[in-house]
Amino acid sequence: MLLIPCPWCGPREEAEFHYGGQAHVAYPEDPAALSDEEWARYLFFRDNPKGVFAERWSHSAGCRRWFNALRDTATNQIHGVYRVGEPRPVAS
Amino acid sequence: MRRDGGGRIDRSRELRFRFDGQEYTGHPGDTLASALLANGVRRVATSVRLGRPRGIFAAGGEEPNAVVQIEEPFPEPMLPATTVELYDGLVASSLAGQGRLAAGPDPARYDAVHAHCDVLVVGAGPAGLAAARAAAATGARVILADDQPEPGGSLLGSRDEVDGVPGADWAAATAADLEGRPEVRVLRRTTVFGYYDDNYLVAVERRTNHLGAAAPAHMARERIWRIRARRVVLATGAHERPIAFAGNDLPGVMLAGAARTYATRYGVLPGRRAVVFAANDGAHAAALDLADAGVDVAAVVDPRPAPGGPWAARLRERGVELLAGHVVTAARGDGQVSSVETSSGASIDADLLLVSGGWNPVVHLYSQSGGTLRYDETIGTLVPDGSGQAVEAAGAARGVFALPGCLADGTGAGARAASASRPARPVDVPRAEETAEDAPLAYWLVPAADYTEHFVDLQRDVTVADVHRATGAGLRSVEHVKRYTTAGTAHDQGKTSGLLTSAVVAEALGVPVAELGTTTFRAPYQPVSFAALAGRDRGALHDPVRVTALHEWHVANGALFENVGQWKRPWYYPRPGEDMEAAVLRECAAAREGVAAMDASTLGKIDVIGPDAGEFLDRLYTNLMSSLKVGSVRYGVMCRPDGMVFDDGTVIRVADDHFLVTTTTGNAAAVLDWMEEWLQTEWPWLRVHLTSVTEQWATVALVGPGSREVLAGLAPGLAVGVDDFPFMTWREAEVAGVPARVCRISFSGELAFEINVTSWDGLRLWTAIMDTGLVTPYGTETMHVLRAEKGYPIVGQDTDGTVTPHDLGMSWVVSKKKPDFVGKRSFSRADTMRADRKQLVGLLPEDPEVLLPEGTHLVATGTLPEPPVPMLGHVTSSYRSAALGRTFALALVRGGQGRHGERLYAPVGDTLVPVTVTSHVLYDPEGARRDG
Repeated sequence: MLLIPCPWCGPREEAEFHYGGQAHVAYPEDPAALSDEEWARYLFFRDNPKGVFAERWSHSAGCRRWFNALRDTATNQIHGVYRVGEPRPVAS
Repeated sequence: MRRDGGGRIDRSRELRFRFDGQEYTGHPGDTLASALLANGVRRVATSVRLGRPRGIFAAGGEEPNAVVQIEEPFPEPMLPATTVELYDGLVASSLAGQGRLAAGPDPARYDAVHAHCDVLVVGAGPAGLAAARAAAATGARVILADDQPEPGGSLLGSRDEVDGVPGADWAAATAADLEGRPEVRVLRRTTVFGYYDDNYLVAVERRTNHLGAAAPAHMARERIWRIRARRVVLATGAHERPIAFAGNDLPGVMLAGAARTYATRYGVLPGRRAVVFAANDGAHAAALDLADAGVDVAAVVDPRPAPGGPWAARLRERGVELLAGHVVTAARGDGQVSSVETSSGASIDADLLLVSGGWNPVVHLYSQSGGTLRYDETIGTLVPDGSGQAVEAAGAARGVFALPGCLADGTGAGARAASASRPARPVDVPRAEETAEDAPLAYWLVPAADYTEHFVDLQRDVTVADVHRATGAGLRSVEHVKRYTTAGTAHDQGKTSGLLTSAVVAEALGVPVAELGTTTFRAPYQPVSFAALAGRDRGALHDPVRVTALHEWHVANGALFENVGQWKRPWYYPRPGEDMEAAVLRECAAAREGVAAMDASTLGKIDVIGPDAGEFLDRLYTNLMSSLKVGSVRYGVMCRPDGMVFDDGTVIRVADDHFLVTTTTGNAAAVLDWMEEWLQTEWPWLRVHLTSVTEQWATVALVGPGSREVLAGLAPGLAVGVDDFPFMTWREAEVAGVPARVCRISFSGELAFEINVTSWDGLRLWTAIMDTGLVTPYGTETMHVLRAEKGYPIVGQDTDGTVTPHDLGMSWVVSKKKPDFVGKRSFSRADTMRADRKQLVGLLPEDPEVLLPEGTHLVATGTLPEPPVPMLGHVTSSYRSAALGRTFALALVRGGQGRHGERLYAPVGDTLVPVTVTSHVLYDPEGARRDG
């Protein structure tokens, strides 16, 4: 079980969190202007890297805030967390 | 047989036990295995596939053979006899690879503990005790967990001394000192079985298992420890491994170290005359210990050409024949070992054949931590080679087998682990005698013409011939061989057989073991009962139960309940003599012809408050919500970005900046999460707050042509006429003397009012309604029938995440004016515009008495063609209707909106039931009844 450092509450057990997939996939500015293929990319395509991944978490059984984390998918090490709207930090 | 003296058993007390119907006795300190050996029982199991007799092979949790069924005091399947502490009244029986679960519920308690520590030390052998001692000296918070009833590990089964006293005494004194420290916790009978991310380890502590029927009822039988450790020291020791030769599964073939443990720790001689087959000096030491204990050691067979260390010399001094450069070619005997054949041509009479192919560090937890392993050629085994977690292996667990090395290694590891938390404090390394040893030889397989009796996995009955069949079939990966042969997949997870299997595969393929690698180690290290994992979370405590403010009335009035998520909802209210069908038909008729009421409090309710609340809802609902007037209600549908229906419900505008959204009962939390996600991650500038108010309100649906009259009587201040209080509006009023929010909405098509009061007032409102004597209470089943008659879908029953509002025949709920909302873009995708999508329709079985089971498939033809049969869709809802006087169903059918009037067939059992496709709205399609 991961120990996830919520940027609002500090380190908490993974069971308190809800996973939200890849971060920084913004809802398109004007979906109507997108081709079917572009829209399908937004809907269905996500990165799946082996290594550092910027992903969304929600502290759903705690402060209920969404935030982003940089997690290494191979080691599960969390390199950093940052709040919604903050820029992605450089992974250490 | 039992020795006259020696061992750590209490000969002054006798314990009675029964095995396979025979009465025996043993002593406190025995395991079931040692007590059976003391009583001369050689055969304790039958092999699972070949039905061969099997005996006790090991002395610890790695035992592959002696897996028994505990019958009394409480049935428990598949326990290694080597791990069952003997108690008075134990009844057990042998197994053939499969156990039996208890038929009744387990009366014992189980519990869980959460703990944090600076240093967790796993294993209280010499390395573990040394590590805990060094860590504790700094004042760090230490947990020392060990699976045995007393600390000491290998020291309990040897004659080694530490700091000038017998090893077991040193272990006891060290543990006592540790237990006296306030920051140290010593957990006995505790197996750490799982190592997860961020140094989270899980252990099971067996608290009363060893007491049998004398276990105090108030005490948890087992408890799970969930430990978060800053640093971990794994001092998990090593398992001896067997050698593959003909007949190596006969009772009487035993690991050399296990025999030594039985003799020294349990005071038991596992046989009278022994041959030792080993390629390492440790087994020579074991042979000497056994000879001292009274076993006639006939010969030591050692494949090394010239073992010349001090141990070999001592053997020769004692007159034990050393067959250097030779191997055992076969164990012979009828049901147990009676003679041993060697490559020197000798056939030696013996009832015990002790084998040692070397020692494997117990790297399971290290591997589970994410650690990598490396094959060490010199000791012929896998050793830890680095982990991303804060963990270190010490002693035999990392291939340091000699006692002085273990003590030094543990001391160093313990001190390093504590240094992450506390200033260093040097401690002495406990002293032990160093004995020079010759290099061991990794010896796996005795060559033969026929490998059908060379066993690698005793528990799964896998032989070298089976492994060769796998490699012969082209398998090259040890993972594939494992799955093909099942080697290593039994309850012991290949603790003694895993590396042997790898070595046999490597030899067959002509590659080095190091290159081949081994299979992955996964939790749990040892089998753990589900009862322990569940702990207190079973029965009534398994899941929270949610009840409404009206619950006690429903119970008192005979309601039967349906579970909807965690909610208990009244299902129907049978009158004496009524079955479900009769009760529901009566309740439906009351709602359509008279007046009926339902507890609708479980509907999810969310307050959406803030200046941008309207815009927020416009972005989430398919239809326009910001235009809703204060005092009005609108039905709405939410979709996911892919255009599929996510939830539906009504929205009322309480004030300019305040909407109250209702959700389906089961989806309330998901909808709130959904709203929060969009608000926080996509539209953080919107000034909106979301609050769940589901439990703050009690809601009663008052339904039927007579509902207006009943409401008028209860709310004299409320103008209830159709012009004053039109459909899809709401009013504040006093109902039954209670402040209420009354909505004119309907989920049945009938004239209906939804009355909301605070939860505190719910029972008062409901009682007042029932006290009129005019109103029939109805439950969820009737609600389902009424709504289905009107073709109102239930999200999650009539939809499944692949259904758009258009598929439900609800294009009208999708705004064409709004520039965007979640899901809109997907409605113009090619796939969502297909004409042959599955669409919601009604179905009328040709025979009006036939009720289609929900989930029934639909096909086009009255006789089934050769498979694959094209499926057109499936039944999502199916009921008996009082209003229609017949059965009906809702279904999702390919191109269904264009199939009205068509005949389809529903395979039910062996028959094809003809059905006619209709509109999904079967009752009052004009909507004439909603105003009463």
